[in-house]
Amino acid sequence: MTEPFEPKITAFVCNWCTYAGADLTGTSRIKYQSNVRVLRLPCTGRIDFMLLAKAFARGSDGVIVSGCHPNDCHYTSGNYHARRRWMIYRDLMDFMGIDTRRVTFSWVSAAEGARWAELVNEVTTSVRELGPYTEYKELALTGVE
Amino acid sequence: MDLREKSRQLLENGDVKAVIGYERGTMGARRPAFIRKAERADRLVFDEACAQNLATYLTRPEVRKLGRVAVAARPDTLRAILQLMAERQVKEENVLALAGDGTVELGTAQAIEEHLATCAKELPARDREILDRLSRMDRAQRWAFWQAELSRCVKCYACRNSCPMCYCGHCTMDCNRPQWVPVASHALGNLEYHMVRAMHLAGRCVECGDCGRACPVGIPIHLLTFNCEESVHLQFGQRAGASSKLDYALSTFRPDDKESFIR
Repeated sequence: MTEPFEPKITAFVCNWCTYAGADLTGTSRIKYQSNVRVLRLPCTGRIDFMLLAKAFARGSDGVIVSGCHPNDCHYTSGNYHARRRWMIYRDLMDFMGIDTRRVTFSWVSAAEGARWAELVNEVTTSVRELGPYTEYKELALTGVE
Repeated sequence: MDLREKSRQLLENGDVKAVIGYERGTMGARRPAFIRKAERADRLVFDEACAQNLATYLTRPEVRKLGRVAVAARPDTLRAILQLMAERQVKEENVLALAGDGTVELGTAQAIEEHLATCAKELPARDREILDRLSRMDRAQRWAFWQAELSRCVKCYACRNSCPMCYCGHCTMDCNRPQWVPVASHALGNLEYHMVRAMHLAGRCVECGDCGRACPVGIPIHLLTFNCEESVHLQFGQRAGASSKLDYALSTFRPDDKESFIR
């Protein structure tokens, strides 16, 4: 008997809003799906586009990128810069045929614990429906570093 | 008067230290020529076959050391020069562009901008055909298309070396502690390399297509950077190479930048 598919979701979150928000989810005892691996970075402005590609290469089926709402950045403008980067990168991914449905960008503030749970649940469910990201995994098998 | 005579004059008067132009290569091709003595100016040719973007040499240390140089410039070259000025890589007083048939002297950024306003820019038929094909494909087909194309890449880095905007002394591709992008030309390494290249040129690519021309295996890689450039233009309303005073699209922002995908 084969195990049902459980997606691996990698979440790149900023230290000041979404990480604190996810913390609040925990302290509020809100239950959410455990498929997500949270990676904390100083700011969404710090999240290199290649980190997303690396996440897929190392076996993620879906990626969440989340930070402070516009105007709330701890470093004033990191999220604005990030937003521009994602606007371009998402177009490039789509042009190169990478599945953009597997990448979710969102703003989750430190007060939105419930929203974080909701986001993770939504993403996990939709990626579970999409199935494993075999295209990228097969690619990565040829290039194990 | 033609480019040869113009170059001879400029070199004799000491207006420029060198003229970067084209000369006859093998099999009807044109290759870059660096003319530093007036009597050598006879080698220069400037015709339809001169395709390479010579602006790429302006940032090389050997050329920088020379001081003021003249460059035989097609419209693509002019846009590259403006973008290099915007990125503060080339000083206005160090470049004299020889545009048109090679006799139109453009000594300032403003003159170049005015000249460019008279040049129409058109995508070559072959590129239009590929983009047309891609636009009719679904995502999985686009993936298959690029995987097939990129599988021919041998990581020779000719695209990087030919690009006038790839002037970084230490390229992220050469960074090996840690190894950020795999060096080997396997499927993953090729995809990541071309992804990084396109993203690093987003908002900076002047769409000369020299990367695609330099590619020894004929991958239309210039379409990747063109795609980034088009997204920048559509979403942020600016185009690299339009002005010598352009802010880098990805290091500036507007609080009201509009996207439709962030939840």
